[in-house]
Parts: sequence; C-alpha cells; structure tokens
Amino acid sequence: MSGGDTRGYTTADFRPSGQIQFGIFFQGVNSGTVWKTPEAGSQTDFESFRRIAQTAERGLFAAFFLGEGLRLREHLGRVHELDVAGRPDAQTMLAALAGVTDKIGLVATQNTTYNDPADLAHRLASLDLISGGRAAWNIVTTDNAWTGQNFRRGGYLDHADRYTHAEAFVRVAKEIWDSWEDGAVAENGVAPSWASGGDGTFARRVRHEGQHYSVDVVPRLPRSEQYRPVLFQAGDSPEGRDFAARQADVIFSAHPQLEDARTFRADLVERTVAAGRHPNALQIFPASEFILAPTEAEALEKKAWVRSLQIGPQQAIAFLEQFWGTSLSGYDPDGPLPDIDPVVEETSETRGSGFHGARARQLADQWRAEAKDKGLSIRQFVTAQSARRDATFTGSYQSVADHLAVYARDGVVDGFNISPWLIPTGLDEIVNHLVPALQERGVYPTEYRGSTLREHLGLPLPVRD
Amino acid sequence: MSGFLILEADGAGAHPAAWRAGRTAPSSVLGAEALREVALAAESAGFHALSYTDGPLPEGPDAQARLNAVQRAAFVGPLTHSIGLLPQVDTVYTEPFHVATQLASLDYVSQGRAGWLLAASDDAREAAAVGRSVADGDRRRAEAGASVEANRRLWDSWEDDAVIKDVESGKYLDAGRLHYADFQADLGNGEGYFVKGPSIIPRPLQGQLPVAAPAALVSEDDGPLSPREVDAVLVSEPSLERLRDGLVRLRESFGPRAEGGPALVAELEVVLDARGLSAADRLAELDAATPWSTGRARFVGTAEELAVVLEELLEVADGVRLHPAVLDVDLPELSALTLPLLRSRGLLRAGEPGNTFRAVLGLGRAVNRYSTEAAQSVAAGTGAQA
Repeated sequence: MSGGDTRGYTTADFRPSGQIQFGIFFQGVNSGTVWKTPEAGSQTDFESFRRIAQTAERGLFAAFFLGEGLRLREHLGRVHELDVAGRPDAQTMLAALAGVTDKIGLVATQNTTYNDPADLAHRLASLDLISGGRAAWNIVTTDNAWTGQNFRRGGYLDHADRYTHAEAFVRVAKEIWDSWEDGAVAENGVAPSWASGGDGTFARRVRHEGQHYSVDVVPRLPRSEQYRPVLFQAGDSPEGRDFAARQADVIFSAHPQLEDARTFRADLVERTVAAGRHPNALQIFPASEFILAPTEAEALEKKAWVRSLQIGPQQAIAFLEQFWGTSLSGYDPDGPLPDIDPVVEETSETRGSGFHGARARQLADQWRAEAKDKGLSIRQFVTAQSARRDATFTGSYQSVADHLAVYARDGVVDGFNISPWLIPTGLDEIVNHLVPALQERGVYPTEYRGSTLREHLGLPLPVRD
Repeated sequence: MSGFLILEADGAGAHPAAWRAGRTAPSSVLGAEALREVALAAESAGFHALSYTDGPLPEGPDAQARLNAVQRAAFVGPLTHSIGLLPQVDTVYTEPFHVATQLASLDYVSQGRAGWLLAASDDAREAAAVGRSVADGDRRRAEAGASVEANRRLWDSWEDDAVIKDVESGKYLDAGRLHYADFQADLGNGEGYFVKGPSIIPRPLQGQLPVAAPAALVSEDDGPLSPREVDAVLVSEPSLERLRDGLVRLRESFGPRAEGGPALVAELEVVLDARGLSAADRLAELDAATPWSTGRARFVGTAEELAVVLEELLEVADGVRLHPAVLDVDLPELSALTLPLLRSRGLLRAGEPGNTFRAVLGLGRAVNRYSTEAAQSVAAGTGAQA
C-alpha cells in the first residue's frame, strides 16, 4: 500500500495490458548507429526519415521519436568526430512526416531550459493539429551552461533547480493547451465571429511569473483531436521519476532487461499512486536495440559484427578519453588500459551529458583492476562495458518474440522504444519478422486502435485542471 | 526579363472576412487538408513560391488561429516538387539558434526550396508571451540584422563536405570542416547576445537560404540590415502608382541585381471577378462583414486586367507577391486565367522540378564563408557570392 490511498488508488490497481507496442527512435547523434557499412544511408536526407517512418507505420508502431541536443558534442575540446551527428529540428521534421504518414505518433524531444514555454507549447499544439492529434513531447531538462552558449540567455539554471523549472514549464504548457473552449471555432461563415465562447471569450489567458521567466499569453490554438500532446519523460533520477509520475503519460526508460524492468515498473507504480494517479496512467517504454536473425547462431554472429562496427579502435580509445579527460592516442586499443590517471577537471560538461569528473579517478582504478583481472584489452573492455548497459535483444525472431511475450503477459513494460542500429533499413526485419511473430502470440496490436497517438496508447483524454 | 510570383497562403485569404466566403468550414485552416490543397493548386498553377504569414492571434471577430508557419511549410515540403516555401519567422522574440536549425531543416524536407520571410515583431502580445518588452524601430532593425547574421554563420558552420565517413580513421566527421560561429550580437545600449555554434544540423542544401525582408527593415544607409545581407526585399505602398515609384527608387538605392542588389518583390492585394460576380461586388460583400483596410496596393478587376498590371509591375520588380482576398475563390481564377496569360507572354520564369528557391531568385549556390574556397575568392577580390 502506498501514500496514494487518499486519492483512492493503490498499487493493486495496476493491470497488465497483455500487450506491448513499439516506438522507433531515430537517434541521429549516438555511437550505436552504424555508419561504416555501405547500407548505411544519410542521417539528414528526408528520404531516410520517410523510409523509416513508413516502415514503422507498416509495422503498426505507436510512435516515431526524434531526439534533440542543442550543442554539437565535443571531445577533448574539439567537435566529436567518430559518431553520427547532425540532425534536423525535431518538430520541423515531424511536421514534414505528418504529410507522408497517417497514423504513427510523432514525438519531439524538446528542452525546458532553452525554450520559452509559450512558444514551445504553441509549436507543439501546432504539430498536434497538423498531424490530426498525433503529437507528443519528450520532456528533457538541462542545466548545462555549455549548451547555453548557443542561446540568448546563456547558462542560468542550477543543477538542483532543473526539475522545479521543468515542472513549472509543463504546468504552463498544459494551461496553454487547455485554454480554449471546446467548439469555440465557428461552424460556418455566418457566425458572428471566427471564434467565440459562452461569455464572449474563447480562451483563458495564461499568466505565470516564474523565477526564470514570465508568461502572459492568450493561447493561439484550440485543442486537437487528442486534446493536447502526449507527454513523454526520460529522466531517470528519483526527481525525474517523481516528475514523470506527476506529469507524464509515458516514461522513456533506460531499463529494458526483464528483472531490471520489473523493479522499475514496481517503483513507477508506487510513485504514480503516490502522485494520486491510477498506476496504469503512466506507461513505460524502455530504450532498446534489436539484433535479429532466423536462428540464434546467426543472430550472435550478427551481434559481433554490429559491435565491431559500433566500437572500432578509435571509438574504444575515445570512450576512455571521455573519462580520462586527456588524449590517450598513444595507447594501443588492443593493449591494456592506460596507466596514467584521469585529468578530472576537463571531463565534465562538454560531452553534452551529465557526467562529472569527480568520480573519474576512482572509476579508472576500478576499471584497470577489472580489465587486468579478466585479461581484457582496451577494445575488449569497452565492448564489455557497453554490453553491461546493454539494451539489446539478440536472438531468432521466434525466441525474441517468446521473451517479449513475458513482458506483455506480466505488464513489465507497455512497449519498447527501438533505436535501429542501421538507417534507414534498420526496422525492416523487426517489421517483417518480429511483429508477425508477436501478433501470432496475441501480444502485439493487429491494427491501429484509432487515429490519435492517445488512442494508439490506450490513454484516456486528459481532463482539464 | 521574366519574373516570379509568390502566393501568400495564410488562412482563408488576405481579406479579414475571407473565412466567411470559403468552400470549407472556418476551422479547416487548422488542418492538413487545406494546406495540402492550396499548395498543390499553387504549384500546378505555376506559382514560384508560397509564403505563410505568422504572428500572434489577432483581436476582433475575425481573429483566426493559425498553425506555426515553419511547420506549415514543412508539411507541404514533401508533397510538392518545385515551389519555394517561405514561412514568416520573427527575429525579436525567437532564439536565432532555434530559427537557424528550423529553417535549415525546412530546406532538407523541401529538397532545397526553403526561404525565410523575415519579420521583426512590434507586437506587445508577442513580447508579453515571452516576458520581454516591446522593441522600438531601431531595436527591431538591430534584432533582425543580428538574427540574420547569426543564422548565416550557423548555416555555414558545417562545410559541405564535413561528413566524411572515413572508415580507416574511424571519423564520421572532419572537425576541421566544422566552424564555431562565435557571433556577438550588438543590439545597442550595451545589449546583445552570443551564439557559439557550430550548428546541430549540416549546411542547408542550398548552402544559404534566401532571406526576404520587408523594406522597412532594410537600411538604405549604414544600418544593421543592409541590402547586401538580404536576397529579396518586399516593397509595399498604398497604391499601384506609388508602388511603381517605390520600386524604381529602391532599385536605384539598392543597386542592380547584376551588382549584387537584392531582388525586389512588389506586394499586391487581389480581388478578381469570379463565380459570376464582379470583383467590386465581391469586395463590397466582404467589406460589409469587415472593412479591409491595409497599407498595401490593391487590384480589383478581371483576371485579364490583372495580367496587364502584373506585366507593368514586372518591368520594375523582379517578382510580385499576391495576396488574394479569398484563396478558395481567387486562386482558381489566377490559375485558370492570369498565370496562363503571363506565361504565354513569356513573363514568368520557367519553374522546374528540382529547382532550388535560390534558382528562382536567380542566385547560384552560396559559397561558404568558412571554406578554403571562400577565403581564396575574398583574397582575389571576387567576393563571397558564387
């Protein structure tokens, strides 16, 4: 039992849906996207996006995700060269995809620190209308002053304040989306005005005075078919989880493996109930990667090949350099881990992630000991290190389908957000082989449930505050 | 010389009461279908570009909601093949870094057909929405000039061949072909902002998107946005006669195209005879609902007479932007009558699938200011434009 009793929900109210769904995450900037093979296509041409979105739609995927990073990643003071990089603006790309797809949800990752609430809420509402109620916002935060160098306001937010700020931002966005009266737009040309409400006004004015921004706006758009964009949230800290439990519809988690995912579900169910919401109101879609083949043996062979392309000698060295904070180009990728200590001052911030240098020396000692124990070279160690955070499902179509059926039956997750390791053909095997195998097991949709993303996910229409 | 035509495609039409006279429900301006139909009709009629006005919700009985202009342009990008797409994007209350990314992305989804219809908002509501104060004229010009420069530097911050995909060295990018913008904006009174870069998206397909600015934002002297920094200038005057005079005067002031002067675009409102009604009667009916008073020149008459007016305008302008009173009614007349007449007289630039918007404006591909090539041409005194 949990603190949510006062609102009438308990953790026992959680019900597995018995199904899983898929989303596709076109990452655009990451080390997992393979580019060193001739099948690897453009990361920026529209045709890559069209191809993969239409394939996902053929496979009845619930959503198409785009990421965002507001400063190009750097490595040791230069632009990071080894991974795919350079991606389009999420909402501009999704608006274009809205014209060449019919059903799939369109999810834009957007930052609460370097956007204005009124502007971002308006653009998301616009995407929601243009797509017929298929838009979603994946809420991310940063306190990163390094990213702030690209923006008028510069770095301004303390690390500790980022969720407080984000939550106020989201509340304002919801007010903006909820502000128009239903049926306010005239039905025909003889109405007294284009938009009207019962008392002569059609929209509530939204005012907010925050510590870092103020908003005073008459919202510019009515509600969409799904009322307002679906909200995804990806932060994994306790604050991030509680924020999701209070505000989000879906959590984009980092916990795909079965036992870890069960623990995560249990934790989220408790937090959601504690926030006074039904435990099914917050869905879970972990990040994942699939390496599939007709047989187990072929899949394992393929995995080794994919890993060799993802973690080449230069990537292995660069991975360690991120933690050492200095060039390790003199070290042999096939030799032992570096014997020098990390230069901690230089390791924080510029990776565009939350890594802070204080732990680096300790980590290096630990890694050196581990690699020595197991007799691993730099490249072997880094490959093993990335396997530890492994979000990969490897196997035959049938065995992976059997495994995913357990998630569906037990309600461990609501779906998987798949990062294809190859663009633009990386979903083909999933759609052609895994989806039918899941459908045969009765654990994957056989049609889109409706026309909006909210309908695909089985989420109720939001109630106005 | 042949000219180009831009169709302003915002809402139901330029007349404030247009929403009363369309074929579809008033809310259709917020959906995909109307966007698609207007864009396809304009492209098949032979318009060279579509523009989408943006801004806060107007006040009064004709206040109509509108979708974000960049998104409208992006939506029709993959559905069209030759028409330029010009969303209006503000420079005062926006982040230049976001604008540069959005516009570059529009260029990708439209295969190099994007342009930027520059605006500098003086609207108190837009200021209040983001907690800022209203900008005066000087500040607005400074904001516009700074944003254009920030955008241009960001668009050039990736050289065209920055993605090298070199398997041997393990490098996807060549960091030597990426450049910091390091732009310090000076907005006067000691105010400004800094943009570091590089961009988070590779260089747009056109290299640089064409920038079209209203004449009021372009400085004829040494102000912040010089005619050389924009590719087209929108010229608006309250009558046809003054419009022609204004175009002639600005051409003299800004310099001829051949010497790097911007294209001049005449702004013209249009009401045509249609559906068995005279243009004057149609206008009277619309005006009875809401009077249409703007500072723009207006043509009211037959499609054939309009062709003559446009022919005269194209003698002194490079292009004309048409603001039809009601898109549903005036666009079919323009398509069926006016454009074919102009085409038969050889007055319209031939549009071809695969055209970039720069090509429509008669511009070659822009040389990258950061590339070795550009450095060489500057050293040789040949300028930065290819």
